[in-house]
Amino acid sequence: MWVVDPRRSASARFADMWLGLNVGTDIALANGVAREIISAGLVNTEFVENATEGYEDLAAHVEPWTLERTAKVTGVPVEAIRDLAHGYAGASTAQLMWTLGITEHHTAVDNVLALCNLALLTGHVGRWGSGLVPLRGQNNVQGGGDMGALPNKLPGFQDVADDDVRARFEGVWGATIPPDPGWHLTQMFEAMGRGDLRAVWVIGENPADSEADVNHARKMLNRLDHLVVQDVFMTRTAEMADVVLPAALGWAESDGTVTSSERRVQRTRAAVTPPGEARQEIDVIADMAERMGVDWGRPTAEDLWDELRSVSPMHGGMSWQRLEDEAGIQWPCPDEDHPGTPFLHGRLWERPVSGPRAPFSCVDDRPPVDLLTDEFPLRLTTGRVLDSYNTGVQSGKFNSPIRSGDALELSTDDAGSLGLVVGDRVMVSSRRGSIEMTVGVDPDLPVGLAFTTFHFPEIADVNQLTSDAWDTSSGTSEFKAAAIRVERVEVEAGA
Amino acid sequence: MGEPRSLVELTIDGNVVLVPEGSTILDACRREDIDTPTLCWASNLTPVNVCRVCVVEVEGSRVLVPSCSRPVEPGMVVSTDSERVRTSRKMVYELLASSVEMDRADASVHAWMEHYGVRPERMGDRDEIATVAQPPKVQDDLYVRDYERCILCYKCVEACGDDAQHTYAIATAGRGFDAHISTESDVALPDSACVYCGNCIGVCPTGALAFRTEFDMRAEGTWDEDSQEVTTTVCAFCGVGCNLELHVQDNSIVKVTSPADHSVTSGHLCIKGRFGWQHAQS
Amino acid sequence: MPDLRFGTSPPTAAEMAAVEAVVAEVGPATVTVGERLVLGGRSRAVARRNLLLPALHALQRTVGWISPGGLDHVCRLLEVPPAEAYGVATFYHLFNHSEPAADSTVHVCDDIACRGVGALGLVEELRGVGLHVRPSPCLGQCERGPAAFVQRIGAADLSVAAAAVADIEAAIGSSTSSSSVVLPQAGLDSLRLLARVGVVDPGSLDDYLAHGGYSALEAAIEMGPVGVIRELTASGLSGRGGAAFPTGVKWQAVADQVGRPKHVVCNADESEPGTFKDRTIMEGDPFAVVEAMTIAGLTVGAEQGWVYVRGEYPVAAARLAGAIDAARGAGLLGSDVAASGHRFDIQLRRGAGAYICGEETALFNSIEGYRGEPRNKPPFPTTHGLFGEPTAINNVETLVNVLSIVRDGGAAYAALGTERSPGTRLFCVSGRVVAPGTYEHEFGVTLGDVIGAAGGLADGSDLKAVLLGGAAGSFVGPDWMDLPLTLEATREAGLSLGSGVVMVFDQTDDIVDTVRRIAEFFRDESCGQCVPCRVGTVRQEEVLVRLRGGGSFHDERDLLDDLGSVMRDASICGLGQTASGAIRSAIDLGLLGGVS
Repeated sequence: MWVVDPRRSASARFADMWLGLNVGTDIALANGVAREIISAGLVNTEFVENATEGYEDLAAHVEPWTLERTAKVTGVPVEAIRDLAHGYAGASTAQLMWTLGITEHHTAVDNVLALCNLALLTGHVGRWGSGLVPLRGQNNVQGGGDMGALPNKLPGFQDVADDDVRARFEGVWGATIPPDPGWHLTQMFEAMGRGDLRAVWVIGENPADSEADVNHARKMLNRLDHLVVQDVFMTRTAEMADVVLPAALGWAESDGTVTSSERRVQRTRAAVTPPGEARQEIDVIADMAERMGVDWGRPTAEDLWDELRSVSPMHGGMSWQRLEDEAGIQWPCPDEDHPGTPFLHGRLWERPVSGPRAPFSCVDDRPPVDLLTDEFPLRLTTGRVLDSYNTGVQSGKFNSPIRSGDALELSTDDAGSLGLVVGDRVMVSSRRGSIEMTVGVDPDLPVGLAFTTFHFPEIADVNQLTSDAWDTSSGTSEFKAAAIRVERVEVEAGA
Repeated sequence: MGEPRSLVELTIDGNVVLVPEGSTILDACRREDIDTPTLCWASNLTPVNVCRVCVVEVEGSRVLVPSCSRPVEPGMVVSTDSERVRTSRKMVYELLASSVEMDRADASVHAWMEHYGVRPERMGDRDEIATVAQPPKVQDDLYVRDYERCILCYKCVEACGDDAQHTYAIATAGRGFDAHISTESDVALPDSACVYCGNCIGVCPTGALAFRTEFDMRAEGTWDEDSQEVTTTVCAFCGVGCNLELHVQDNSIVKVTSPADHSVTSGHLCIKGRFGWQHAQS
Repeated sequence: MPDLRFGTSPPTAAEMAAVEAVVAEVGPATVTVGERLVLGGRSRAVARRNLLLPALHALQRTVGWISPGGLDHVCRLLEVPPAEAYGVATFYHLFNHSEPAADSTVHVCDDIACRGVGALGLVEELRGVGLHVRPSPCLGQCERGPAAFVQRIGAADLSVAAAAVADIEAAIGSSTSSSSVVLPQAGLDSLRLLARVGVVDPGSLDDYLAHGGYSALEAAIEMGPVGVIRELTASGLSGRGGAAFPTGVKWQAVADQVGRPKHVVCNADESEPGTFKDRTIMEGDPFAVVEAMTIAGLTVGAEQGWVYVRGEYPVAAARLAGAIDAARGAGLLGSDVAASGHRFDIQLRRGAGAYICGEETALFNSIEGYRGEPRNKPPFPTTHGLFGEPTAINNVETLVNVLSIVRDGGAAYAALGTERSPGTRLFCVSGRVVAPGTYEHEFGVTLGDVIGAAGGLADGSDLKAVLLGGAAGSFVGPDWMDLPLTLEATREAGLSLGSGVVMVFDQTDDIVDTVRRIAEFFRDESCGQCVPCRVGTVRQEEVLVRLRGGGSFHDERDLLDDLGSVMRDASICGLGQTASGAIRSAIDLGLLGGVS
């Protein structure tokens, strides 16, 4: 097991080798590994010839990424990159697993494509035990996508621009669907800035704490004509709202489904009744429809699920009863006799390959947008710790004996050169804002790197610091790479 | 995904039985609906075969064998209810019940103790014989270690270590009757490597490890297992898809377990899934 | 390894140096190559785990206890979870877990042989002169009790016997253990296993060679593995550890395993109360053990040998270590053993005060750096032994038999003893005999003859009972003197030769107390893993304490029977299975009947 992470995380301690690359150099490393696989003759040529396209272009594209150049850019020693390349290519089965360290960059999609190149070069995809595994941070990120909560997709990842698809949905929904993609979250904030988006209904999200460059986000939310927040708690976003719709908890107070990282659709069930005026979200939405002049009646979770099955072929075989009986089914599951699909892309091993060949992608290393300068000399990366969850709305409610993480972690050397010790108070500034934090020291951090969580916005409003850069393909903000400056805050004597 | 396995023929209590190769005697007994007591065995843990309550007699074996871990062999002749088996099982319960508080053990344990006519009092006056009596360790708001209820089945150690969590915060320390589950030098749990997954609670068969909620409610006299309903749902805290069994009493979640037969984590959780439910009742 | 959380007590410089010396050869589990590259992972930690026990010994010897800071340093270097390391350290009675009370700790044997010759008085006398004393189970010096074992801070352990206060003080002052005993049978031509003991200089490879040493290895290389196993099988040699498994069959089974690393283990954890024969060989003829292990390694195809010596045998351990070093220096161990083209080397491990580690699978766990808890069998060591790999494990006496078999042929060996018990056997004769000691007799010798060869009982001494086979064996009465000591005859009589113990009691001995001490021994030495043994040995001792305190035997009989049944039938290993044997035999002989 190799762990590639700017920080020596808990997972890195499991690893045979930890490679502490520079923040935002994932593409450089992947291109370097690809070149080493190619130049050492470790390519799975049978797979590449039969199932992929664009190999020659990729080979030419990564050719400049010698081990030495890759080492220089990433900060990882040559021998470690070689070991990783040979180990990955030589394994009988191997998986590339990642989470937000890959995707919370302005190069998010390119980062993923660079990893896909490695799987295609070695044939570590579409087989039992091999694959590309994005680990989801929430219980229904996957399910949100499945249900069409993407600007350009209808439920079941069907393209909104496809006339036939739209026609099918229009038949069931009895409404006309515009063929143009909508906005993703970052574009919505831009639209708020332009004044194109004037009313927002936020369901179960706390952007007033969680957005990168959060001061900007709050300013945008404040400019809206009308803000509706539907949530379980009175979050900071809810406090800003014109109307708050108290909602039942999805996982303990409602019936429904969620989809996990491995595309497993599972049932959630109501175990307790929601408090006070909190209502089932389905009912809130149906009432809203009624106020808008459409009578949807009182659909149950099962009613909605059956409607989804009628329009989303990959969910077609997942009857409500099967979901009850089988403790989850992995999509695609096109008919009721289908067992579900443990892994995808198996077709790439059919000869001749069925469907389109898998394309290699030529992607370029592009450093983080928020540049390090004399004024902002430290790289800040943010992340999560075991016992907490996002902005702490849910996880802040239990008394964890291992809770920690509101500190700004510095390397031993950086703390030393700044004359700081654990517990000192500092002013942390980025190009977007300044907040006061407490210093921690992590001896495993490389010089020049600082880390903090964002679980405790009421203590340290970290997203005032994070970068406003974002990936134009996915809309994801570059939470992982901000440039900061750290200055001691003198505490008054006797305080 | 596995290869189809060939079948092995053996005799259990006089009946010829066919079971897949690699099955244990316990598997075979359960296929035959032969009730077999277990304490240290769990479907989601590697058998340690230390409690010895599942022992059976196998022809040709000088001593009784633990059914939970012994693979079946062709031609094996097994007796599950011989005099030797009954004596040993009864004695195991008597030895445990004479030294450990068994009052919060699973109902099946009490049923078996009744079945075998267990009389721990014949080991001697409780005040004069060795027991593991000691006060409970209450060191945080999440859970309690009440080791006078510990039968040393090793399940918690396995769940903390190689079989689930790979945290190794607890291990067996000491030796013989003094053997006990401990952190290093008995440091308090918050000072140990414990990550509060609570997987040890999930596998404890005797109530030695308990949610603080349960411990406090028992102390107040409000714990009422008969009135609790259990609902299975999915944890909200990440994308793994762990299933949660919410134990609800008076519309409040009082503890959380996870089904051992669920393919995603085989009954194991992390701190957020196990203890992070308090926001559902605030 | 993940999630490990180390302590905050800093190690002292001495503790760090002691631990780092143990780890020096292979280096720590986690290596920081630079601030961007760290090597670690489970495989590196697993490969180093077997250094845990030596590291604990280093701490104990250097600072006199397993200090939290020192233990923490061990955990950091080896990446052992602190809770597990603490669990391992507290398993062994020779490791202290509080600051040492004195520079020397004197462990005085108060077990069944020594308590008959003044051990309890010695404990009091030593305390009287201000020494720090801990009563100990049998120290394996029964032929010359009372025995003492001295642990010191910053200096080698010492073995003293027969020990009086002055002897112990002198030994500590001079850092010298008692000299090895003289064999009562010294000079007899018939000696095969003991022929060199007391004759050869145990510290000299040259002297060993001059007394026929390494001729067996030469013969073994000549005849090859197939030839060695053929002769072994023809000899009928069976294991001397108690189970009497045919050695040829065992070696063949290991030789048949291909494609995995294999091991040879010499079980020198001789801890059965009343037993001292292996010590006699290790102290008197250590090269014989090394040579026999080397033959085993070449025969079964193992490249690594391990000898596990009980912690209370400092002299044996030192002499074996010297022999291993000398053999390695002479090319008789190492990458090309005696120019055979085969690699074989031996590591020595010391136990730390745990009888259970003489059980073969517990011994594996102990070497591997885990608690010495026996494993369930099957699978057996021949396929799943040390580190889960195929392993030939034999005790010292069994191994040393191999030398004459290889040298003189299996047939010559089989001509000795009886048809079903070929060869000779070592007996540990102690108690009320004139000349206690280690004796070698052909199988088939009667119990009376063995006692007679040791000079019989002293005048005025009437034989009351003999403990045959050790604490895990049985008491027999005076009417058993004609019993032929063979595997078949003892088995038929429901007895066992065990480790060859013949401990003689007369009318002056308090048998009820002896039986209670045996029960105490098993309670103290139970590993605690399985319920029948962990609780059963405690309840059994409680019954015997009640009996000695005047309790009614009649009232306790059923409970004793049931305890015996569950321990014998349902315990994991031989300790629990035999923990009631001697007590039961004492009942059958009526030795406990009189107390009611």
